Amino acid sequence: MNLAPAAGPLVDVHAHFLHKRCGRSDWADRNASRLAAGARIGITVHLASILGSFGHSSPTYFPSPEDVSAGNEAMRAIVRTHPGLVGGYVTVNPNYTDHALAEIERGLAEGMVGVKLAASRRASDALLDPVAALAAERGVPVLQHVWQRRVREVPNQEISDALDLGELAARHGGAHFILAHIGGGGDWAHSLRALASVPNVWVDLSGSGVDRGMLELCLECVGAERLLWGTDLTMDTGWAKLRALETMGLDDEALEGIRWKTAARLFRLSL
Amino acid sequence: MEDRRAALPAELVDHNALVGPYPFRRLPDPTPERLVADLERLGIARAWVGHVPSIYYRDVAAGNDELLRWLAPHRSRLLPVPAVNPAYAGWEREIERARAEGCPAVRTYPAHYGFDAAGAEMKALAARCADLDLQLVLTVRIEDGRQRHRLDVAGDLLGADVRAAVRAHRGLRLVVTNADRGFVEEVHFGSTPGEAARLHWDISWLWGPPDDQLAALYRTVGRDRFVFGTHFPFRLPEAALTKLALAG
Repeated sequence: MNLAPAAGPLVDVHAHFLHKRCGRSDWADRNASRLAAGARIGITVHLASILGSFGHSSPTYFPSPEDVSAGNEAMRAIVRTHPGLVGGYVTVNPNYTDHALAEIERGLAEGMVGVKLAASRRASDALLDPVAALAAERGVPVLQHVWQRRVREVPNQEISDALDLGELAARHGGAHFILAHIGGGGDWAHSLRALASVPNVWVDLSGSGVDRGMLELCLECVGAERLLWGTDLTMDTGWAKLRALETMGLDDEALEGIRWKTAARLFRLSL
Repeated sequence: MEDRRAALPAELVDHNALVGPYPFRRLPDPTPERLVADLERLGIARAWVGHVPSIYYRDVAAGNDELLRWLAPHRSRLLPVPAVNPAYAGWEREIERARAEGCPAVRTYPAHYGFDAAGAEMKALAARCADLDLQLVLTVRIEDGRQRHRLDVAGDLLGADVRAAVRAHRGLRLVVTNADRGFVEEVHFGSTPGEAARLHWDISWLWGPPDDQLAALYRTVGRDRFVFGTHFPFRLPEAALTKLALAG
């Protein structure tokens, strides 16, 4: 297998960075590791978010407004440190509507390129409407954390699945949504079947899951034109899926779309 | 562009491959022919190969028949690793057959077969493996717990199960597949150096950057404790190669 860095642009639409308020002494090492691995893989743009304090002072998926703001501020600082290489999402907790909208306004004014919704409120809930409406108005995509098929409640997150996201997408036809990490756990086939006819939801390929058959079903159900490449917390598996896609008989246009062109269009990146 | 293949070990042996269909979701082309093609495509020399249906059969002898028959045309690259259920009649014959066939190891699945990894059956199996110089492969999990079918109710192995197995006979050598970082650390540091030296871990469930789990374990547990493994046909075999490349 060719393990040379990818040639040409490569956009990771699902990255995370840490910061000093995450309670981890190795936070800077982990950030450096992401950038070093990115160079090894050939990533030319990391689109990243910081989920509050990642559980240190409030829950990762239910971050307090104070932690949301601190995380977003840290994210903006990382973007400023790596101009062109790192782009940022504004993370919000939609349970605090006014705060969420203010964070989006501030972040977009300072160059952030998307909105990150964690699992603070189920995706079908009306509280997500103002966030989605603002994202649509400003023309930035919303990356929604999901559990691939919701079959029960789980601790520490109000999980959503593709059906929930589809409801939100139907209410906001002018907004662009990204279903997070199809390989991030759960029944990915359910998500892909659910999204087959939902045109304003894209699918990011990140997550630790590298199940054989998953990429084939992605292509069958949503098509190459609605797939976005990403890594999330396991860059090795993201790279593996990239290499696997290259063996599946896709034409150059389809591969370039997954690698960067579709992301460049959605996030209005100049690449 | 620099080709970094030279950074990988000269001869890779996949210690965690299987063939055959899975009852809970479709596995694309889970055949020996596809496995050989993937080994060739990815530069992997050989594979230890188990049989997926034997995880669920009561009488694994029938599954071993099938495995040996399937692999017969490919024995230069695919080494059979039959299943042994020490709680079922005739298990001694299966392990003797594995030895006679030149297999490097046998697989057992305590949670699926319903025996206690700390009990008499494991002790007997461990002793027989040691006597016959067969390694024993234990599998912590088949699939990620977040995606299991509702009828797929066999639990993951516990660290205590593996510690009990390695203590069952001082001549037993174990290969443990699909263990995560915490599991590896728990068992490694919960074992004597002599016990830990008889344990190998496959890399299928250990992640790379930015957490760098595999690289961290190389430093703390020792690089020589890890063996290459893909978990074909469940997982993309590319993932084992990318994590090796990123672990340095």
